[in-house]
Parts: sequence; C-alpha cells; structure tokens
Amino acid sequence: MDVTVEGMLSSSPSLFFNRLMSVYGPVVKIHPVVLASIGDSYERRNEGASRVIGTLLGTIDKHSVEVTNCFSVPHNESEDEVAVDMEFAKNMYELHKRVSPSEVIVGWYATGFEITEHSVLIHEYYSREATNPIHLTMDTALQSGKMNIRAYLSAQMGVLGKTVGVMFTPLSVKYKYYDTERIGIDLLERTRDAPNTTNGLTSDLCQVGGAAGRVQDMLATVLTYIEDVLSGKQTADNSVGRYLMDLVNKVPKITAEDFETMLNSNINDLLMVTYLSNLTQAQIALNEKIVVL
Amino acid sequence: MATPTLDSPVKQIQIEGLVVLKMIKHYQEEGQGSEVVQGVLLGLVVEDRLEITNCFPFPQHTEDDADFDEVQYQMEMMRSLRHVNIDHLHVGWYQSTYYGSFVSRALLDSQFSYQHAIEESVVLIYDPIKTAQGSLSLKAYRLTPKLMEICKEKDFSAEGLKKAMIGFEHMFEEVPIVIKNSHLINVLMWELEEKCTVADKHELLNLSSSNHLEKSLQLLMDRVDDMSQDIVKYNTYSRNLSKQQQQKHQYIQRRQQENAQRQTRGETPLPEEDVSKMFKPPQPPPRMDTLLIAGQINNYCQNVKEFTSQNLGKLFMAEALQGHNS
Repeated sequence: MDVTVEGMLSSSPSLFFNRLMSVYGPVVKIHPVVLASIGDSYERRNEGASRVIGTLLGTIDKHSVEVTNCFSVPHNESEDEVAVDMEFAKNMYELHKRVSPSEVIVGWYATGFEITEHSVLIHEYYSREATNPIHLTMDTALQSGKMNIRAYLSAQMGVLGKTVGVMFTPLSVKYKYYDTERIGIDLLERTRDAPNTTNGLTSDLCQVGGAAGRVQDMLATVLTYIEDVLSGKQTADNSVGRYLMDLVNKVPKITAEDFETMLNSNINDLLMVTYLSNLTQAQIALNEKIVVL
Repeated sequence: MATPTLDSPVKQIQIEGLVVLKMIKHYQEEGQGSEVVQGVLLGLVVEDRLEITNCFPFPQHTEDDADFDEVQYQMEMMRSLRHVNIDHLHVGWYQSTYYGSFVSRALLDSQFSYQHAIEESVVLIYDPIKTAQGSLSLKAYRLTPKLMEICKEKDFSAEGLKKAMIGFEHMFEEVPIVIKNSHLINVLMWELEEKCTVADKHELLNLSSSNHLEKSLQLLMDRVDDMSQDIVKYNTYSRNLSKQQQQKHQYIQRRQQENAQRQTRGETPLPEEDVSKMFKPPQPPPRMDTLLIAGQINNYCQNVKEFTSQNLGKLFMAEALQGHNS
C-alpha cells in the first residue's frame, strides 16, 4: 500500500484527490453483497450495452450512508440520449420495500470508469427520489488493472447567475461486513483459490484443522519478524512491540491441575452428550421397527 | 436423514457466491430471533446439476394486510428480473433454521408442492447460528421418491406408511453443494481482501461450548417429549384395539352358545347381528407426525455429534499446547 506521489499523479487526477483532499461528505459503507450484485448484473447485460446502471438501497446515518442492497435497472444509452426505465425502478423499489421496510433509496450505481454527461441526467432523476443521492462507480472492465470502486456526491459549481454545472466530489468508501458475511466471504475466497474454481463445503473437523493451520501461519510470520529484529535485519517498531507484549500477556496462567480439571469436565460433558444422542438415535430406530411389525 | 439415491434427477448443486451473500444478508437484517426467513431460488438445470444463480427474499408472513398476495409478489418479481436478464426459472426455495429444527409439516408440504411442479427443485437450509460459529452451514434437501408417492396419495395412515417401508431416514435426501464464482467475482474478492481491514476473528477456534449444547439439548428434550406422548397415544390405541377384538370374540362366542342352547330347546335362533357395527374400531393415530418427529430428533442428534466432535478436537489441541508450555 505504499504509493508515491508520482505514482498517484500519473494514474489519474481523481485518485490524487481521493488520497490527499480532506473528504467532505458522508462516509460510504458498502456491503459485499452489493458489489457482487453489480458484477453479476454487468455480466448479464444486454448485447451492445457498455455499462449497466441500477439503484442503491440502504440506510442513512448522520455521518455515513450504509449501502446494503441494490438492483439493476434496464436502460438504453446512445451517443445523444439516454433512456432509463423509471417505471421499472419504482416497481422494484416497492417490491423490495415489502421485504425490508427500513431500506430507502440512497443513490445509484454505474459500471465503467468515467462519469459521462448522461450520468448527470440520471443523477438528476435520482435526486428527485432521494435527498443527496450518492453515485457509485465500479470499473468492471478493469481498465486500469483494478476494479476502482468509488463513490461521489454531486455539488453545484459555477458562477452565480451564469451557467451552473455539476461537479462530482469523491467520498471515502469503506467496506462493512456482518460477522456471518465475513465468514461467507472467507469461504468464497477459499473457493477462488481452488484449482478449478469450485469448492465443496468441508466437514467439521477439517474446518478446525484449517483454522488452526491459518493461526499457525500467522504465528510463523510473527516469529520471522521477531527473529529479523533480533538479528538486526529490521528496526524494531515500538507499537509492534507493544502488541506483542499484549499477546504474550493474554495467555492465561493456569496451574496444571486446574487445567486438567477444566479439560476433563469439558470432555466428560461432550462425551455424555454424544452418548445421549447415540442412545436417542438407537431408540427412535427401534421404535420405527417395532411400529412396522 | 441423508441417504443419497442414485436415480434422482439432481446429483449436485452449484451455487453462486452472490446467492450465498444474499441469503446471509436477508437473515441478518430481517430474521433476528427465531423467525424463519424464506425466499425463492432462481437458476437453471444443466445435465444432472442444478445451478442456482440468483435468489430473492420473501416478505414475512406476519403482515397485517391480509390481502397481501404472495403469488402476485412472486410473479412481479420474476417478471422484473427477466427484464434484466436474470434467470427467471424457479428452481427451489431457501429457509433459515434455528439450531437445526426445520423438519415440520409445513416444510414437507411446501417442498412437496415445489417438487411436484418442478421435478428438480430443492430446499436450501441455511443455519445462521452454526455459520456464526465459524463455517458456512448450508444444506440442500429433496424429498425421496418414496415420500413423494405417499404425499401424492395423501395416505398418511399406518398401513400406507408400512406398505411403502419408509423410515425416518428415507424422508429427505441430501444433495452435495458446490460453490462456483465467475471470474469477475473472483477479481472482486481479491480487491476486497486487499482493501478490507476487518480483522479475522477465528470463531472457529472458540473453546466455549456450553451455551450451544444447552440449547440443542433443550430442543432435543422437547422433541423427545413429543415423541413419548405420541408413543403413549399409539400404545393406548393398540391396547384399545386388542380389547375391542377380545370383546368381539366374546360376543360372538356368547351368541353362538345362546344359539346352540336355543336350538336344543327348539326355539328360533337369534338373528346374527352385524358385529362390526356394534364394535366400531378406534381411529388409528396418524403416523406422519411420528415420522417427522423422529426425523427431527435424528437431525438434532447429528448436529450435536458434529458439534461435539469439533469441540473434542479443539480441547485436545488446547491440552497439547498447554502441555507444551508447562
């Protein structure tokens, strides 16, 4: 994540603004389901359409806008004009409201790299639906090698009395996950690492083994860092040192006997429950057989 | 509960990551508490695979507008989705579950009507509590052909079930699930991993188990109580039946004796009365509920065993680490 100033300037001017300018406006928190939806609707776009647009749903806070859902809206775009199916958008919003009544329209999204004049028109429509809509772009064509996910707010600019233009000011984008969402994303990430991009859901003990393996990897990284610092290859960082001390202090000091008793009682509980469930299963199987007699 | 049959039309289910995320989000936002959330799965059938490419949630049934038309909602949703090129083929439905308690009459009926209309449909059971413990818990079930037959006949009596030889293990069959993502989504995953600063929480390595065990055992106990009540009912029924048979025999014997006596005395024998009308056989209790309860108990037991095996592994790991330290 070390980006030099030259690198920033050469990539694009708006990226430069994103890093250095103090951002005015709400923070945009996006859930991963929204991004997956946008990607999916881009893949299913009609022939000849170069980008897809859609509505963003979510909740508005004092300082942040949380985007939790979205749906795509069919539209036609050509050189001179753009047509958006407003009826469809209204209908879909009604249907979605039935399921989650707390979600409101917070803005709209478009795939693609730049903001065109058509976007201004579409943005105007959305400002009628929601106060201060945000505009999200996602570069699904990967023009710059990355999927730039950016959010904008529109602001009036120009000289009073003369032609007024619209400027899109960038907002900072954060990703918000529910706990279960994060677990889902972990699974999807593991899917992508598998050779033929498919993955079955593994059985229980394998999962524990996998999690233990991951912790082991993390410990190995920390150990290599410590050894490097000790041998002088890397300069010691005080904050990292403090974290390490926290880590070591967190390991609880238990005497061997206490630990034995805790362990044994837990194991006893688990074994008893296993025995009971096996007993119950045998019982119902027996019951079946007797009834059928 | 899961006996894979080789002659079913669907051998594997392929789900897109988007569907998984949508289900998780739906439960998280609308399903707190023990309410179940439901929704419809959309996709298509490819050879012997069922591909699920999208889904949409169903509003809760606890609406106060009684004229809420579910069918209309579904129709409108599917029509709109067709406009944006989303597969609009209905291939099943999903439901969230509370600690694994989903084997109920309602589920059976819904799945039967789905499978009757569309042969390849499945029900996806998403367990949010197990997922929150560290690994996504998603299972796909279909009704076995035997059970489909029975539901079609609507014959849930004891004789019907005996004829079909259905045990609680042959009610549902589990279909293996595979998750597949398109390349664009994979790129998105890479980006998110880079940018996201949410720390890994490792709930999977959590050692505490008593809360989960308590709740599971509670539910198991309730079901076992139901089961025992059912068994008592069945016992009383069979006792009544045998008592009635005895009474019938006694009556017939007495009749014959009397007739023999009358004949010796030279009188006309008494008419043979219709014995069956006098002794009406008691109603046999329905066996379907018993089957469902047995299936549910089996499911609970399976879940508990999985959970305990995981925890035993974790405890032994902790012991090894502690031994290492001391």
